[in-house]
Amino acid sequence: MMRPLIAAAAVLALSACGEKPQSMGPVKQDTMAFQGTGMPYVAQGWKAGDKTSWEQQLKTRTQSGQNDYARMN
Amino acid sequence: MARMKFICDAERCIECNGCVTACKNEHEVPWGVNRRRVVTLNDGVPGERSISVACMHCSDAPCMAVCPVNCFYRTEEGVVLHDKDTCIGCGYCSYACPFGAPQFPSAGTFGVRGKMDKCTFCAGGPEANGSQAEFEKYGRNRLAEGKLPACAEMCSTKALLAGDGDVVADILRNRVVKRGRGADVWGWGTAYGSKQAGQPGGAKS
Repeated sequence: MMRPLIAAAAVLALSACGEKPQSMGPVKQDTMAFQGTGMPYVAQGWKAGDKTSWEQQLKTRTQSGQNDYARMN
Repeated sequence: MARMKFICDAERCIECNGCVTACKNEHEVPWGVNRRRVVTLNDGVPGERSISVACMHCSDAPCMAVCPVNCFYRTEEGVVLHDKDTCIGCGYCSYACPFGAPQFPSAGTFGVRGKMDKCTFCAGGPEANGSQAEFEKYGRNRLAEGKLPACAEMCSTKALLAGDGDVVADILRNRVVKRGRGADVWGWGTAYGSKQAGQPGGAKS
């Protein structure tokens, strides 16, 4: 009579000793920058969602903003 | 497009800390966290140089390699970003980084380290582009606005260059040819690999 009761109590007591799986989920991925923000105050001259125009915009901006030889001479 | 890179032209840097201020202001970086800082080499010695240092978004980023929770990822443009929801603030990346880029805010009680914070190349993080959540965790996403990192755009002497690696390398090459000196690009060997740094060259970085 007591034996099943003790066994049930032991199972209950040991249930906390079980190990939960700790596998990591996939690394969260970001939205591509060329998709734009959908907000105002973005640079003009390119179209959100168009990767080629975004890349060209960054290249143009680098040259016009950071290449002072191109700007001055 | 090649990948995004920083170049600091030590011949031009005047240690004004404009880049540091621009970064702090743009992203509302908290007190005690410096995503970018200016370091002076050979201070007080003739020929001293200053360089602006932040995360260089390495080709083979050591922070990514050592992170125990795999919170780092690299965007298609080569920008190394991390997920603050996954970061446990262990600080391994801080020990691994050759540039001292990872920063830890003292956000918790008893001096507990908060989640790691670092330069994002103004590319935000793994939240919706331009969202409030992205701004609060990672700062502004200027790349998604068609702009370049604020530090480089605000640099008064254009010592700090940021953008497509091929374009910024061309700009520096042109300068070096015109002035006839100052071809050293600080940190590139470490960040992007080179024969000088004892790493295999040839591969497109």
